This record gives sequence, C-alpha cells and structure tokens, in this order.
Amino acid sequence: MAPHTEQLTRPAVSLRGLTRSFEGRTVLDGIDLDLPAGQFTALLGHSGSGKSTLLRAIAGLDHKVAGSGELSAPQRVSVVFQDSRLLPWRRVLDNVLLGTNGKDAADRGRAALAEVGLKGRERAWPSELSGGEAQRAALARSLVREPELLLADEPFGALDALTRIRMHGLLRRLWQHHRPSVLLVTHDVDEAIVLADRVLVLDNGRIGLDLTIDRPHPRSHRDPLLGEYRERLLAALGVTEDLA
Amino acid sequence: MTTTTTTTTSTAGAAPAAAQDAPRARRARRALTPGRRLPAARLTGPVLLLALWAAASAAGQLDPGAIPAPWTVLRTAGHLWTDGTLPTDVATSLRRAAYGFSLGLVGGVLLALASGLSRTGEALIDGTVNLNRAIPTLGLIPLFILWLGIGETFKIAIIAIVVYIPIYLNTHAALSGIDSRFVELAEVQGLSRWAFIRQIVVPGALPGFFVGLRLGVTGSWLGLVVLEQINATSGLGYMMFQAQNYGQTDVILVGLLIYGVFGLISDSVVRLVERRVLSWRRTLSS
Repeated sequence: MAPHTEQLTRPAVSLRGLTRSFEGRTVLDGIDLDLPAGQFTALLGHSGSGKSTLLRAIAGLDHKVAGSGELSAPQRVSVVFQDSRLLPWRRVLDNVLLGTNGKDAADRGRAALAEVGLKGRERAWPSELSGGEAQRAALARSLVREPELLLADEPFGALDALTRIRMHGLLRRLWQHHRPSVLLVTHDVDEAIVLADRVLVLDNGRIGLDLTIDRPHPRSHRDPLLGEYRERLLAALGVTEDLA
Repeated sequence: MTTTTTTTTSTAGAAPAAAQDAPRARRARRALTPGRRLPAARLTGPVLLLALWAAASAAGQLDPGAIPAPWTVLRTAGHLWTDGTLPTDVATSLRRAAYGFSLGLVGGVLLALASGLSRTGEALIDGTVNLNRAIPTLGLIPLFILWLGIGETFKIAIIAIVVYIPIYLNTHAALSGIDSRFVELAEVQGLSRWAFIRQIVVPGALPGFFVGLRLGVTGSWLGLVVLEQINATSGLGYMMFQAQNYGQTDVILVGLLIYGVFGLISDSVVRLVERRVLSWRRTLSS
C-alpha cells in the first residue's frame, strides 16, 4: 500500500478558478478543486447544476464553450457515458479496441472484457447485448487504455436497479485493481455514498459541500453512519427528509 | 373524493372478472413483425403474372397482335439470339449501362466524400449538385449531343449523371448526419482524423450509401431505355424502336423482358451486397 499513499500526494486533476458559461448564464463559477491521484470521488448535484459541464471540461470536450480558469488533467483520460456508446457496426471486441493500437491490443481487449464479465462475447454485435452488458463493454473500453483518470457521467443512470447494484460492485472492484482517479457524476445520493471516498456537491456553479466518507468497503445501506452522511448530502442538495 | 370512489368501485367490479380470466390459458400477443419469409418470396408475384398471361393467351382472350403469347415471345427471343442480333444488342446495352453506372458511382461517392468531410468541399460541391439535380437530366440530351456527338460518349455521360445524383445525395446526407455522440466518443478515445473517418464516419454512412446505390441502379436502366429508344443505332432500345416501326409486338416484349430481368438481377445483387456489408443491422427484413 506504500506506493499508493505516495501517489496520493500529487493531485491528478487540479482546477483553479474554472468558469464556464452558456449564452451568458454562468454554469461553473470559479471552481477550485484538487482530485488526488487514485481517489474515488463522486460529484452530486441537481440536474442542470453543471455536473456534466464540469466533467466535460475536465475531459476536454467543451470546445465551443466560453470560459476561463486553469485546468490540469492527466494524459490518459477515459470517459464512460450514460449510454454505452458502442458503435453498432463493430463487434464488441472491436468496440473495446477503438482508438487502441499496438501488437498486444487484442489480448488486452480480451483481458478487459473478461475482467468485466464479458468473456466469450467478443464477437457479439452491440445490438445483441443487454443494457448492463453494453455498459460493461463500455467500461472495458475505458479500462483497456489504462487511464490515470476515469470520468463517468451518470454511467448507471439508464440501468435497472438490480443491474445497477451489480455494476456498483464491478466499478469498485475495477477501481481497486487499477487505481485510476475516478470522478463519478451522479444524481443518486445513495450511489455516491456506497461507492465514493469523497463526495462533492455542486451548487450554483460552486462546490457547495466537500465530504470525505471514511467508512470501509463494501458498504451497506444499513450502516447508520452512512445515514448521517446521506442526511448531510440531502441537506446540501436542498432536500429535507421529512418531505419524503 | 369522487374520483377515489369511482376508482374503488371499478377496481372492485374488475376483480371478479380478472379472477375468472385467470385459469384460462393466455393467448399469445399478436406479433407485429411481418412473420417468416415465404420461400422465394420475391418471385411469387412475377410468376403468378406470367401464369395469368399464359392462361389468357391459351384461352384466346388476348389479341396476338397486341400481346403475343409467352411462348411466341420466347420463340422470337430464340430466333433473335441464334441469328446474332440479340447478343450484340444485349452486349451493347450492358456495356453502356455498366460504364455509365461505374462512372456515376465513383463520381457520386467521391463528391459526397469531398463535400461531406470538408467545409470547403461542401461550399463548392453541395450547391452545385443540387442545381444539377434541379435540371431534369434527360433534358440535357440535346446539349450533350451537340457537345459530345451522337456516339457512345454522350449516352454514358447522361447515364452517369442519372446515377451519381441519388448516390451523392444519400451518401452526403448520411456522412453529414453522423451522430454527434460518436464524434465525442472519437475525441475521448483519441482517434486521429483519418481513423475517425475510416472507423466511424464511413461505416456510419454506409446505410445511406446503399439507399443511393439502389436508386442509382434503377436510374441507370431508366436512362438507358430513354437514350436507346430515341438516340441510338444499336442496343436493345434500338431493337424495340425498329420493331415498333414494323409492328413486331413480340420483339418489343423481348426487349422489355430483358430490361426487366436486368433490373431485377442488378437490384438483387445490390441487396445481397447490402445484407452482407450491413450484417450488424437487425431490422424487420432480417
């Protein structure tokens, strides 16, 4: 575990005064944020709070967006989207290998597919996969590049509840094995609490709450301490329990 | 409150009915797909038509001068084939269609790529092609005869124009309509521009290209028929034009039959290639 601790000292992502606006409406309002290397962070916020804008800024996908501020991110960044975004005309393995070159690429692709539990489906077409399987393939595609930073934009949002629970376990295992920095954008408070070691709440274009969740994994929803975190996060999101 | 009461009543009323239904075997839902393909489905219609024609001829219901019997047409085809005129005419027509089609195909695809993949190309090409499309191509015949003479060149040029337009339009629309989510994916995966075109843009545009291709194939035969019937000294259309002068209905039918067979075969070939290339698509037709 020693090298891991040493890694934590150097931030993987560093934002200083990051501002982004769409048509005069400020979405991100001077965000300062460091994400230590190897940390699993979740980013919470209402829909329209700018979670995706922040993720896309870090991913370098916001070419046409007005903004300012400093941003440093690692070389190898992978993104998992809400939809699996598999190319329908490529078989699963070829989808995983999109943008990956080298002699051993195919072997690494097969290994990544095996890791997400899709061994034997290499030759399948994306249309033959279930929603959960497609998202597993998308995870394999992001892993095969051995990213230093994994950005996930509500990756489980379109999945059913049971599949989502299984995917939570998978994502956590993959993180433990590969140790990239993870920024998981979600609107699901429970998902953030179960998975992340640090939860950020985005509110009015700023980080409204920065909460470290110091509980062992795997976590259970029944853990009373997690309930306290949950209440604090919901309060930061402006939701009070007695309404429910 | 009224609503609540109504709901309760209707539920209560429905419950016994549901209980009665429960033990009954549930009937399968009506499938909305067309169902299994009939064997040789595409030939069923034509064969039926042929049978009707033969039956009507045998019963003497058709005027042999207007519509000769199928066997008369076949016999005429045999005569024309053995005396050597039909093979020459068929070869001439096929050559024209093949040349014109190939030129139109290459031209349409190249123009679509140039216009779909670069803004400069689009500015130069797209408006021009749409202008060309607005002019009925067969209306260009007199001009092309003056420019290129009445020989083979002008015929091939006209067919090429008829073919390239649908291929260009459909391929260009498919190229420029590429899903922006896939563009984003390509950026995330660090694809080079060339890899992006080769692995995402072109495969994504193939379905549109095949729509254009099928229209182009049909167009090539259409152009051929018109050109050969009014401006030719050889070929199937010329043969039919001569037959019209001598009142040989059977020869005209031979020509039409051959055109029809060519059209059917070429369309089937394109469909076959399409099904092979786009095997990843699972649609109603599979």
